[in-house]
Amino acid sequence: MGNVLVLAEHRQGTLRDISFEMLAVAPKLAADMGGEVMVLLIGSAMDEMAQKLAGYGVKVMVIDDPLFENFNAEKYQKVLSALIDDLKPAVLMTGHTAQGVDFMPALAVEKKLPLIAEALNLEYVDGTLKATRQLYSGKVNATVAFKPADTYLLTFREGAVEAPAPSSAGVVEKVDSPLKEDVPYRKFVEYIEAEVGDVDITQSDILVSVGRGLKEDKNLPLIEELAKAIKADIAGSRAATDAGWIPHDRQVGTSGKSVKPKLYIAMGISGAFQHIAGMKGAKTVVAINKDPEAPIFTVADYAIVDDMFKIVPKLTEKLKELKG
Amino acid sequence: MKTYVCIKYVPDTSEAEVKVNPDGITVDSSRFSFDINDADNYAVEESVLIKEAQGGEVTVISIGPKQSDVMIRMAMAKGCDQAVRIEDDRIAGHDPLMVAKVLAGTVRDKEFDLVLTGCMATDDWHMSTGVALAEELGVNHASMVNKVEILDGGRVRVNRELEGGLLEAVELELPAVLTIQTGINEPRYAPIRGIREAQKKELKVVKLEDIGIDPAEVGVEASQIVLEELSIPEVVSAAEFIEGEPDEKAEKLASILIKGGLL
Repeated sequence: MGNVLVLAEHRQGTLRDISFEMLAVAPKLAADMGGEVMVLLIGSAMDEMAQKLAGYGVKVMVIDDPLFENFNAEKYQKVLSALIDDLKPAVLMTGHTAQGVDFMPALAVEKKLPLIAEALNLEYVDGTLKATRQLYSGKVNATVAFKPADTYLLTFREGAVEAPAPSSAGVVEKVDSPLKEDVPYRKFVEYIEAEVGDVDITQSDILVSVGRGLKEDKNLPLIEELAKAIKADIAGSRAATDAGWIPHDRQVGTSGKSVKPKLYIAMGISGAFQHIAGMKGAKTVVAINKDPEAPIFTVADYAIVDDMFKIVPKLTEKLKELKG
Repeated sequence: MKTYVCIKYVPDTSEAEVKVNPDGITVDSSRFSFDINDADNYAVEESVLIKEAQGGEVTVISIGPKQSDVMIRMAMAKGCDQAVRIEDDRIAGHDPLMVAKVLAGTVRDKEFDLVLTGCMATDDWHMSTGVALAEELGVNHASMVNKVEILDGGRVRVNRELEGGLLEAVELELPAVLTIQTGINEPRYAPIRGIREAQKKELKVVKLEDIGIDPAEVGVEASQIVLEELSIPEVVSAAEFIEGEPDEKAEKLASILIKGGLL
């Protein structure tokens, strides 16, 4: 039986989007593989979330136990290891998220099963399961195929597909936890909320955003002058915040903020998927990048292929002049 | 504190166009400059910070070609004590599970408290090697770590970076593997004296057999995944590309922004 086991993800009482997004691809995969979709939900006080997932016409298996109040890689690995033996799914899929990447590779090693990480498309052709994933910040696509194995392990990229609409009512089934006592080696301590800075970029109308192309912080005044001329706030990609050029609370992307300004000007940002996920809500996007193949251009409305340092001074000057 | 830090020599493709070789499964890296993987650079810094605070030693491990010795010497110039470089073309580099087995071979049977890796390589983006390595070694792990605090009693507290800026604090029993996230610290520049001293530090170059690994267990035959094809995704852009000399482009963009009422 080619069943597809989808491990849903939730945090702080809410199902994360990836849990629904996987339901856009799992049913077709299961059908192609001659099985059905089983959604696994692990947590504590899960009734509401279980019902919500079941509304997508799937069978939801719930392990509901105070032991699973918060995610713990050690516990998840133990539970999934036992469930793979019990259920023998053809595929175990979960999100390529801070949660998924924290236990799936260890599970793969333990069970001697293959893993493909961060798949963004799946196809089952002539008995072979193949995944598309990306390399080099999304500049290269790779087709990776599984060799035959009892269970294929996959982590699926967040935001790669749209979540489907809820459909028919499915079934919720409680499953006994294979884990009977707490784990000794790893303890969840607490969540620490994101720091709040002086500017909340999620509320900005105009954002000037810089990436690795800024090169060094002594180039920042150039950007500040442009931002001042058009009353924009300054944001940055992960590369820019890691380098300390831009405060961390102004990072745009999956690990930072999702922004929705009227105008987003991306300069020296190649536009890795994680960045685009954080700014695709912008109404108008201007991108300036040296590389004509930079993925940022796929979401741009206006594009300039050039060195940002050759463009920005003149752009600022002209804007000041036109605005009078 | 005895620490191992695993680092990778990767091409910088941030502003470069990438082309696939005729074999269809490798990229033409002849025009790229190579250096330490971004997250690994932070892992090196963290390992040296831990050594400075706790005492002990740091060993660098890397799988790569002779050219990567420059990167390894730089890590030693910053304070790492010794290094092992595995140079062997029989490793299935496309599969992090195979890479983890090789790295484990250099650490297994040795005493250690911590193994640090970067949480992701900027070339292949798996985010899998460190966590797989922990399982190979039979020790605890935490991934995407952006703060490390060594506690008394053989434990460590780390902050893990979740989505949307949220962090999760967890405690682990040592020994453990931590995959380090970028931004955790400020990687230092190597001091001149360090660069000189690094030349005298030991950099051992080994083959798979030297670290007790059967090449048949980590090669493309052993890997359960096959890299079938690389392709360049078409950049489908609906954007209006503004052409001309740089000054003209800047002027055109300015008038589009003003006339379009975008400001």
